[in-house]
Amino acid sequence: MLGVHLMTGDDFIQRDLAAHPLPISPGYKTSMFRGPTRPPLSLKTSLADLTGPVFGAEELGARDNDLILNYAKEGLPIGERIIIHGRVLDSNARPLRGVLVEIWQANASGKYRHRNDGYIGTVDPNFGGCGRCLTDGDGRYVFRTIKPGPYPFRNKVNDWRPAHMHFSVFGHGFAQRLITQMYFEGDPLIRHDSILNTIPDEAARDRLVARLDLAASVPLDTLAYRWDIVLRGTRATRFENKLQGN
Amino acid sequence: MITPDALGYLPETPSQTAGPFVHIGLIPRQAGFNIFENNLGSIKLGPEIEGERIHIEGRIYDGTGTVIRDALVEIWQADSFGRFNHPADNAPRPYDAPFRGWGRTGTDFETGTWSFATIKPGRIARRHGEGSLAPHILVWIVARGINLGLLTRLYFEDEAAANAEDPVLRLIEQPERRKTLIAQRVNCAGNTYVFDIHLQGPAETVFFEV
Repeated sequence: MLGVHLMTGDDFIQRDLAAHPLPISPGYKTSMFRGPTRPPLSLKTSLADLTGPVFGAEELGARDNDLILNYAKEGLPIGERIIIHGRVLDSNARPLRGVLVEIWQANASGKYRHRNDGYIGTVDPNFGGCGRCLTDGDGRYVFRTIKPGPYPFRNKVNDWRPAHMHFSVFGHGFAQRLITQMYFEGDPLIRHDSILNTIPDEAARDRLVARLDLAASVPLDTLAYRWDIVLRGTRATRFENKLQGN
Repeated sequence: MITPDALGYLPETPSQTAGPFVHIGLIPRQAGFNIFENNLGSIKLGPEIEGERIHIEGRIYDGTGTVIRDALVEIWQADSFGRFNHPADNAPRPYDAPFRGWGRTGTDFETGTWSFATIKPGRIARRHGEGSLAPHILVWIVARGINLGLLTRLYFEDEAAANAEDPVLRLIEQPERRKTLIAQRVNCAGNTYVFDIHLQGPAETVFFEV
């Protein structure tokens, strides 16, 4: 018998896969070997998807979001000093408060502090290249860092990554989990990027481009860029028939 | 730039690959890089935490059968009472407060093995029906060449009765594919379960869209 019942909590709004990269994108060769070839099994949101780890301010250090200082040893890192800030919202335009945002990036010469980075760029002794913070009561995050340089990567013979930052974001439920990359307005490499072009939709690609934010810049000190992040929102469930699934 | 649609909804930010250097950002210490005082992602298993101690491990294979050695794996699971450490799980059941249920690690740069020491989760309440779900752990993988994080579920070989009734496993039409989600118990090192993941090929793991 079908019965209408009230659910515990809300469900997440279905993900619009057309606004994401395809799992297998011929322009990005590694995805040909690593992207699943079969369709995913679609499920209704279960308790495991609706919940996720909760992080506290006491778990982070005071300088974790300041990449200019969080690895400085005998001086300051070289490169353009920038602020990157914005809000983490859900698709209902509600701020996501207290969620963990983590970033990693190359230094000003396009080099990562990583054992597998074989690029000729120079490691900066004063720059680590990673940071993290929790969003505040308005869903805001902020990082101070050095603008990363572009760098070549092995894909096509002459492929270059535009300057970019990697972002990892938690929402409140594990189904909102997202890893992505942020680019800088005006970078001529953006339109050639084999990674960004795994996203077929141009408007979706543009949502990964941060805008110069002069108003948030610190005069005579640091330029600012603004970039907002949107995770899946919730759909209040008013009426529901009992369906198969979890 | 983000523009609301005609109904005011904001479009979700698109995913991008975590790339080859994800380790410095998310597991810096494991990448040989000491930057943060407190490293996130290790599962704390103090004596106050209830439940059977288990070890889960596996490897991730690409479409050519090659072991991937640069992936990042996260798990999310309930405690031994089947409850998630999160305010949205407010069912009237006991609750193991010190158990967070979240872990993060990398595949070994040489062997490609990933592993977690954790506890076996209990049966989990269903939201969309009667009864409970078989014990399981969410497993989420990102790596170079993976454009959108891959979500799968680890079930336990020695929970055959619960697995046979599990509504999610039963949704998988082909019995052969169901097997891709069952971690095999091995006897070499105590309570160890092996869960290998195949990104492509005949044994391709079932991934989920939720």
